[in-house]
Amino acid sequence: MTERKVRVLVAKPGLDGHDRGAKIVARALRDGGFEVIYTGLHQTPEQVVATAIQEDVDAVGLSVLSGAHNYLFKRVLELLKEKGAEDIVVFGGGIIPPEDIAALKAMGVKELFTPGTSTQEIVRFVRDHIRTAA
Amino acid sequence: MDDSEKSERAGMKGSSERPAPYETLSGLPVKPLYTPADLPGFDYEAKLGVPGEYPFTRGVYPTMYRGRLWTMRMFAGFGRPEDTNARFKYLLEQGQTGLSTAFDMPALMGYDADHPRARGEVGKEGVAVSTLADMERLFEGIPLGEVTTSMTINCTASVALAMYLAVADRQGVSWDKVGGTMQNDMLKEFIAQKEWICPPEPAVRIVVDMIEFTAKHVPKFNPVSISGYHIREAGSTAVQELAFTLADGIGYVQAAVNRGLDVDAFAPRLSFFFDIHSDFFEEIAKLRAARRIWATVMRERFGARRPESMRLRTHTQTAGVSATAQQPLNNIARVALQALAAVLGGAQSLHTNSYDETWALPTEEAVTVALRTQQIIAEETGVPLTIDPLGGSYYLETLTDRMEEAAWAYIRKIDELGGIVRAIDLGYPQREIADAAYRYQLMEDRGDRTVVGVNKYVMAEEKPINYLRIDETVELEQIDKVKRLKASRDQSKVERRLKQVAEACRNGQNLMPVLIDAVKDNASLGEISDVYRQAFGLYREPIIY
Repeated sequence: MTERKVRVLVAKPGLDGHDRGAKIVARALRDGGFEVIYTGLHQTPEQVVATAIQEDVDAVGLSVLSGAHNYLFKRVLELLKEKGAEDIVVFGGGIIPPEDIAALKAMGVKELFTPGTSTQEIVRFVRDHIRTAA
Repeated sequence: MDDSEKSERAGMKGSSERPAPYETLSGLPVKPLYTPADLPGFDYEAKLGVPGEYPFTRGVYPTMYRGRLWTMRMFAGFGRPEDTNARFKYLLEQGQTGLSTAFDMPALMGYDADHPRARGEVGKEGVAVSTLADMERLFEGIPLGEVTTSMTINCTASVALAMYLAVADRQGVSWDKVGGTMQNDMLKEFIAQKEWICPPEPAVRIVVDMIEFTAKHVPKFNPVSISGYHIREAGSTAVQELAFTLADGIGYVQAAVNRGLDVDAFAPRLSFFFDIHSDFFEEIAKLRAARRIWATVMRERFGARRPESMRLRTHTQTAGVSATAQQPLNNIARVALQALAAVLGGAQSLHTNSYDETWALPTEEAVTVALRTQQIIAEETGVPLTIDPLGGSYYLETLTDRMEEAAWAYIRKIDELGGIVRAIDLGYPQREIADAAYRYQLMEDRGDRTVVGVNKYVMAEEKPINYLRIDETVELEQIDKVKRLKASRDQSKVERRLKQVAEACRNGQNLMPVLIDAVKDNASLGEISDVYRQAFGLYREPIIY
């Protein structure tokens, strides 16, 4: 049996419209051989989690550049847990100060990428840390 | 030996070239040397002319910075209205000459602070404004008849303008003395910044309502700032920024003319806003080419007769995307060079980014360095002493011509597609930008483009920087304030006013008078946006990446 490809949901939660990074990451992951779904803009955490479950993804990458990361990442983690989908790995990126990165990682966010990260680094992270559900 | 041979030989003398991308940041090829041979038959009068006269290549005013320096306008907004009010007053004390307001995401997207979709976002990326009371606190003690204010707000710009004019009324300032700018450029929202409520057609109709209203009643106000900044920040090339911005401008002028407005009655108050990125000469050439193209468009395509209708006045901002999180103090040098390019390009107004903005909103210290950078250029370098000092440079004039040609090619393509609204529906500019952004990122990742401190000259250990934190209690406080106001106002009046707004949406009468009445009776920004949602429907973006 051939193993299916790792599926990643790239999502833009909240009201923030800065989508340059999310779109580049979506494209780089696709070119890196993963199956990618991009939500488009202005998603509520509820919508992101519903899409993640419906599309049966292995990971959710959240992009937040508006400063609302503390609320949005936490809410997505909570909702995944509520739906019994905490096996879905949450990672992300954006304008996120170091203190907040530490707090979010302690909360369960697997990795956070800040400006200056290369697409190779993100592709490598997904390759090394995300596995398809058994 | 003819001129072109001379040029070739001069450039080839000496040893071989070091490996580097010999092209501009936008990919235009750059030769080793430029000479008169690059400008055959150069017609000084037609291409450059006199500053303050058609085609305005050398500048929009006859005296430029000898008459008046550019406006130093730092974009500011965070937390509660009183927090931003304090920052405004600080900046004015430090010698800033105009205000520029950043609103938070809920205000920009048409939600009040107490809306569930505003959770986590109140006062974060800008100042929280839901009601006229918030707007009054924002401009408390700032005389609206003396200071001009720019407001970066788009799909809810009509509400912000109504509130601003209501504050002027309460300060006893007559509207003919109120100066400022609303960004209010919805076309670039669909292309790049991505803040919207309703689809392009009703969105443009609201923009034209504001153009019409201010032309009659607020003559010193710029009702729209046609913006390339966000297009560039979303990843376009300089040529795409130039072309799509001017295509958006053409879209607004056409829509206003279609409504029956006289082009010379409103065009003088159209203003522009460009990004100033790191490729020094390309950015200067871009501003010069923009002025020449716009003058031509206004005179030839729209038959404008007043010179004021043909001159492209522009705000500029250093490129946020060029700032790095690594070795953040390097951003001070980047900003200084970009600011210098803006001034050499003849900008009317400039915002310089702060070095810490890749971490958070800027601290007061960082903002001060950014403002001082402008003051150093203005008062220490001698650069503003003469007009368009680089005019006549073989390289700059060649680059200006190349950019103009390349931008015209895009403008013609958009004309062929049926205009900018149609092009947006087709996803044309969005795709061009997404492709350029991806290409650029790959070049950076491969090291084909050096980013100092990121892919070259990297330091293993970096000192942490101090950055601004927004207190989490701001959100709760704002929610409480909005809820209390809503509970205490005359609800029947609010409902009547919102009905009038809905009526105006449907029957096509100008929205501004009813909006001003509505905000004065405490109808909120979110409630008016709900009326827009009901009347015009919601925009759904085509997903392109």
